[in-house]
Amino acid sequence: MAVLELTNISKHFGAIQAVNDVSLAIEPGQVVGLMGDNGAGKSTLVKMIAGNFHPSHGIMRLEDKELILHKPADARQHGIEIVHQDLALCNNLTAAANVYLGRELRRGVGPFRILDYATMYKRAGQLFAQLKSETRPRDLVKQMSGGQRQAVAIARTMLSQAKIVLMDEPTAAISVRQVAEVLNLIRHLRDQGIAVVLISHRMPDVFDVADRVIVMRRGRKVADKTIASSSPEEVTGLITGAIEQVA
Amino acid sequence: MAVTLDQTIAQKQHTFVSRLFSSQTFWVVIAVILACLFLSFATDAFATSKNLYNITRNITFVAIIALGMTFVIITGGIDLSVGSVLCLSSMVLAVTMHAGYSIEVGILASIATALSIGAFNGVLIAYLGFPPFVVTLGMLSIARSLAMVASNNTVVFQFGPDHDKLLALGGGAWVFGIANPVLYMIILALITGFVLRWTKFGRHIFAIGGNEHAATLTGVPVRQIKVAVYMISALAAGIAGIVQTGWLGAVTTNLGNGMELQVIAATVIGGADLAGGVGTAFGAIVGAALIEIIRNSLGLLGINAFWQGVFIGGAILLAVLFDRIRNFRRND
Repeated sequence: MAVLELTNISKHFGAIQAVNDVSLAIEPGQVVGLMGDNGAGKSTLVKMIAGNFHPSHGIMRLEDKELILHKPADARQHGIEIVHQDLALCNNLTAAANVYLGRELRRGVGPFRILDYATMYKRAGQLFAQLKSETRPRDLVKQMSGGQRQAVAIARTMLSQAKIVLMDEPTAAISVRQVAEVLNLIRHLRDQGIAVVLISHRMPDVFDVADRVIVMRRGRKVADKTIASSSPEEVTGLITGAIEQVA
Repeated sequence: MAVTLDQTIAQKQHTFVSRLFSSQTFWVVIAVILACLFLSFATDAFATSKNLYNITRNITFVAIIALGMTFVIITGGIDLSVGSVLCLSSMVLAVTMHAGYSIEVGILASIATALSIGAFNGVLIAYLGFPPFVVTLGMLSIARSLAMVASNNTVVFQFGPDHDKLLALGGGAWVFGIANPVLYMIILALITGFVLRWTKFGRHIFAIGGNEHAATLTGVPVRQIKVAVYMISALAAGIAGIVQTGWLGAVTTNLGNGMELQVIAATVIGGADLAGGVGTAFGAIVGAALIEIIRNSLGLLGINAFWQGVFIGGAILLAVLFDRIRNFRRND
């Protein structure tokens, strides 16, 4: 059963057709690379799944139930988590505080509830261990490397039982060594049965970690095939339009 | 011996002592203590109970407002209207009581005035996207003008039937001979410290100051919290106004004139960062204390009072200089 299924999804802003009649299905534990040039409609598509935009046409289904999102918080409640391109981290807070931002744990009764530092540190530490990342929950994010920052942003998606994680250009602005770290983080998510949608410009990353690649051009889906049956050359051709469309 | 991943994750990089030494507030405390020691030996008048009573009480008005200001500054905002709000709250209290109402009614009216001004500032800033500097600069002018309108620019010094109660509230010393305003300050500082460290609200305030966009994306109710912090700031100014009215026994329309700058100076000296994301309740108090001790000592040491601004300004620059030096080192 597909965890997420889009059927004939379109989105237009006035006369501009950003996404045009896109259908796709994503299985649990699958890593899908979503590729395309700037303006191809990737971000718009992802923003609809994330609850930022409402589709103009078409139906989204999450585990066979129709999915209607009014705001980003709705998506999160349904188990759809997003790692934003800028990671959305607060440099002045600790790693644990960032992981729990907006969902802080508290203890106590009624109105007398205080932040539960101990449990948040402990749980955040467990998540970093699961991700095999050397990230200390008590350290300020300010002092962290790009890979550790990614780990913090990704750990955030594992707080609740996420079904699908959308990652927007997670490897765009970090060093080669850190890219390897992030790709490992993605594999750890996959191993837990979480579906990952990886939006990326970087061909090597997608071919390294993804099971499937979806290519978009001018709002349309022009390819949707397994990594094994495709090649970087073919995908480049699809992105630029040198190859019109493949089955 | 190989270090396992779990050990690395569990490791605490900062001990209590290292954190202490890297805190600006700690060094300002040291400065305050050294200044007190020096003044105790250098002058006969400093370490007298009367002078200490005066100093602690003088600290309180700036310190109470600085506590409220700390909330605003941590979110990355600024509230320039506090001096005028203090004046308006005092005047509302004075005029209400002068008209024959009880002290309870007076305080209620005064607090309500302060809160509505804070809410007005906050809504303009959070929902209409006005820059905090501009909104509160406008309010600085509006609130003082309203105080003049309310009193017809006269001095109010008769507070109706509850006159004595008000003077006792601000001028008395109900516990162990500590001036009442000092008690209020301590209580408010404890509340502030608790809220900042132990509540979700406090955590969200720091998040907004650190990265407002991130706070929004992660579901922090940024707008509501911003309105709340400007209300807290105005409330602190209102409380200071009520206490100061009781202490002075008279209200004029130039009460709290220029006080916003002293308050901001106190928070900055105490370690708050005007760029947002950093600040403590203790820092606000310590900053206010250092300013007052400088003021007091210049008098005792026989230095011309005109030099006061130079010393206070120097303290601001020096406090922030330490922070800059630490930053340079970290970036190397």
